Amino acid sequence: MRLRFERRAEPSLLMLVVTPIASVLLTMLLGAALFQALGYNGFAAVKEIFFTPILASYKWQDVATKAAPLILIGLGLAVGNQAKVWNIGAEGQYVIGALSGAGVAYATQTAEGFWIIPLMILAGIAGGMAWAAIPAFLKIHFRVNEILSSLMLTYVGLQVLSYLITGPWKDPKGHNFPQTPPFTDAQLLPHTLPGTPIPPSLVVAVVLALVFWLLTARSVFGYQIRVIGAAPHAARYGGFDGPRTVWLAMLIGGGMAGLAGILEASSQSGQINLGFPSGYGFTGIIVAFLGRLHPIGVVIAGIVLAISYVGGQVAQSAVHVPNATAGIFQAMMLFFLLASDILVRYRLRIVRPQTAIAAAVAAVGGPA
Amino acid sequence: MTPDFIISIIVTIVGISTPILLAATGELVVEKSGVLNLGVEGMMLIGAVIGFAITNATGNPWAGVVCAAAAAALAASLFGFLVLTLGSNQVATGLALAIFGIGLSSLIGQGFQGLINPTFGSVFPYALSHHPYAKVLFGYSPLVYFAFFMVFAVAWFLHRTRAGLVLRAVGENDLSAHSIGYSVVGVRYAAIAFGGALAGIAGAYFSMVITPIWAEQMTAGRGWIALALVVFAGWRASRLIFGAYLFGILMTLELYAKASGFHIMPSQFWAAMPYLMAVVVLAVISSRERGGSDAPACLGKPFLPAS
Repeated sequence: MRLRFERRAEPSLLMLVVTPIASVLLTMLLGAALFQALGYNGFAAVKEIFFTPILASYKWQDVATKAAPLILIGLGLAVGNQAKVWNIGAEGQYVIGALSGAGVAYATQTAEGFWIIPLMILAGIAGGMAWAAIPAFLKIHFRVNEILSSLMLTYVGLQVLSYLITGPWKDPKGHNFPQTPPFTDAQLLPHTLPGTPIPPSLVVAVVLALVFWLLTARSVFGYQIRVIGAAPHAARYGGFDGPRTVWLAMLIGGGMAGLAGILEASSQSGQINLGFPSGYGFTGIIVAFLGRLHPIGVVIAGIVLAISYVGGQVAQSAVHVPNATAGIFQAMMLFFLLASDILVRYRLRIVRPQTAIAAAVAAVGGPA
Repeated sequence: MTPDFIISIIVTIVGISTPILLAATGELVVEKSGVLNLGVEGMMLIGAVIGFAITNATGNPWAGVVCAAAAAALAASLFGFLVLTLGSNQVATGLALAIFGIGLSSLIGQGFQGLINPTFGSVFPYALSHHPYAKVLFGYSPLVYFAFFMVFAVAWFLHRTRAGLVLRAVGENDLSAHSIGYSVVGVRYAAIAFGGALAGIAGAYFSMVITPIWAEQMTAGRGWIALALVVFAGWRASRLIFGAYLFGILMTLELYAKASGFHIMPSQFWAAMPYLMAVVVLAVISSRERGGSDAPACLGKPFLPAS
C-alpha cells in the first residue's frame, strides 16, 4: 500500500480556498514549535505576530498602511500570473513609479493647486508602466524571458533611485542626507482618512480589488487572460492576441506597482530617501500567490502579510525574537502554500497492492 | 599609479569576483538541467552563517566550508522537493527560498556579533604568498583557486562527459529524456543540490575570507548578481570567468568611484551595469533563432510526464 497523486478532472475549488488558510495555520503551529525549540517563547511569538496586530486597535493603522501597497501590487501581479506572464520586477516598478511622482513634486515645489496630487499619481502609474514596458517589449520582440529581465531591471531601478536622491534631486536643505526635498502640503495625501485608522491608499486598493474582480470575472479580457495562461495554443487558434496580453499583463502589473509607490510616497514617507524601497514588490508576489490570484484573495492575503510585518516588530520588542522572525514566517507560509498547491490539481489516493495486470495498465498511463 | 596600488586593485577585484563566480557556476548547472532557482541569495546566506558557526565551534575553516556547502545543499533540496516532487511554481518557490535564507541566517547568526574566526592559511609557501608582487598570483584564499577549478570542472563535465550530456538533455527536452529512460527528476535533484552547495561555499567566502566576522545580510545582494552573471554568460561555463571578472571590475570601479570621487560617471552607473549588460546580452541571445542560443529550452517549466 502506498500513496500516489492522481490528477483531478477539474481543479478542486475546495482545496483552492482551504490550502491558503491551512498554510497560515500550519505556519503558526510549526513556527511556534521551531522558535520554542530554538529557545525562544515560540507560542508568545506567534501570538504577538498574528494576533496582537488584530486585537490591539492602535496597531490597525500600521496594518492598514502596510496592507495597501501589498494589495495594490498583488492585484496587478495576479493578473499577469493568470496569463502566465511572470513579472517579478514589481519592486523596481514600485520604486520608479514613486520616483516619477516625486519628479512631478520636485518640479512643482512652489506651485499650489488641487491638480498636483492627481498629476503625481498619474506620473507614478506611468512610471511603473514604463519600467514594466521594457520587459514586455523585450519579451515580444526579442523573446527575452521576462522573469530574468524584470528582476534585473529592479536592481537598475534601485540604482536610479540612489542616483537621483544623491544627485540631481537631492534636498539642498537636507544636511547632505540622500533624500528628496519633503513634499509640500499641496503634494501630500493625509496619512489616514480623518477619524479612522484607514490610509487613503487602502481605500484605493479595496476599490480596485472590486474593479479587478468584476473585470476578470465578467469581461472578455479576463477570460482571454485565463485562456492564454491555461492553453496558449488553443488561445491562438481562438484568435486571442498573445503579444497584446503580454503588454496588458505587464502594464497592469507595472502600473499598479507604480501606483502603490506614489501613494506610499505621498501619504506616508512624504519624500523619497534610501530607505524607501522596502521589499513590498517582492512580498507582493507572495501576496498574489497566497491570494490564489483572485482579487478578494489578494486583499485577504495582503492583510495577513501586513499583520505578519507589524506583528514581527511587536514580537521583537515584546518577546525578544530577532527581527528576522517575520521573514521566516512569511517564507514558511509560502512554502506550505506552494507545497499544498498540488492538492488543487491532484488528489492523494491510497493505492492498494494491485494485480499484475492492473499495475501494468497503470504503469503505461491507462485510465486513472 | 604605483605597483602597490595596482596590486591592491587586482586583489580587490579577485575578492569580489570569486563568490559570484562560485555561485554562478552552481546556478549554471541548475539552469542547464532546466530549473530556475532564484533563491541563490538565500542559499549563500545560509552558507555564510553555517560556515561561520562551524568554524567558530571547531576552529577548523575546512570543516566550516564543508558544512556551509552541505547546509546550503540541504536548503536547495527543500526547494527541489517543492518544485520537483510537488510540482510547485519555480519562481515563487525560489523567491520563498531567498526570503527563508535571509531570515534563517539572521536568526542563526544572532549571537555571532563581535566574534572573530580563524581563517584559511595560504595555499602556496610564504615566500610566494606574501611576496609583494608574486602575491597577486599566489596570495589568495584556497577558495579562489577552487572557484577557478570548479568552472573548468563544470565546463568539462557538461560538454565532455556522458552524465553532462544527460543533464543538458534533461534541460533541453525533458519529455524526450524521460521517454528514453533517464530520470528527469533525479538529475534535477542532483543539479539543484550541487548548485546549492556551490552557493553555500560562495556565501562562506563572505564570512570566512572577505571578513572573518558575521553580519546580517552580508552577501549584500551578490546572489542576484550571480543570477545576472549566468544570463550574461549566455549559459556557457567558459564565459563565466570572463563575466565574473568583468562584473568584479565594474563593482571595484563603483567602490573606487565612491571613495575617491572620480566622476566620469556616477557610482550608481557602475553598480547598475552588470544588470544592464545582462539584459542586453539576454536580448541578443534570445532573439537568435534556436541553435544559436545555449539557454536551456525547459528553463523554469515544470516537468509533468504522462498527464
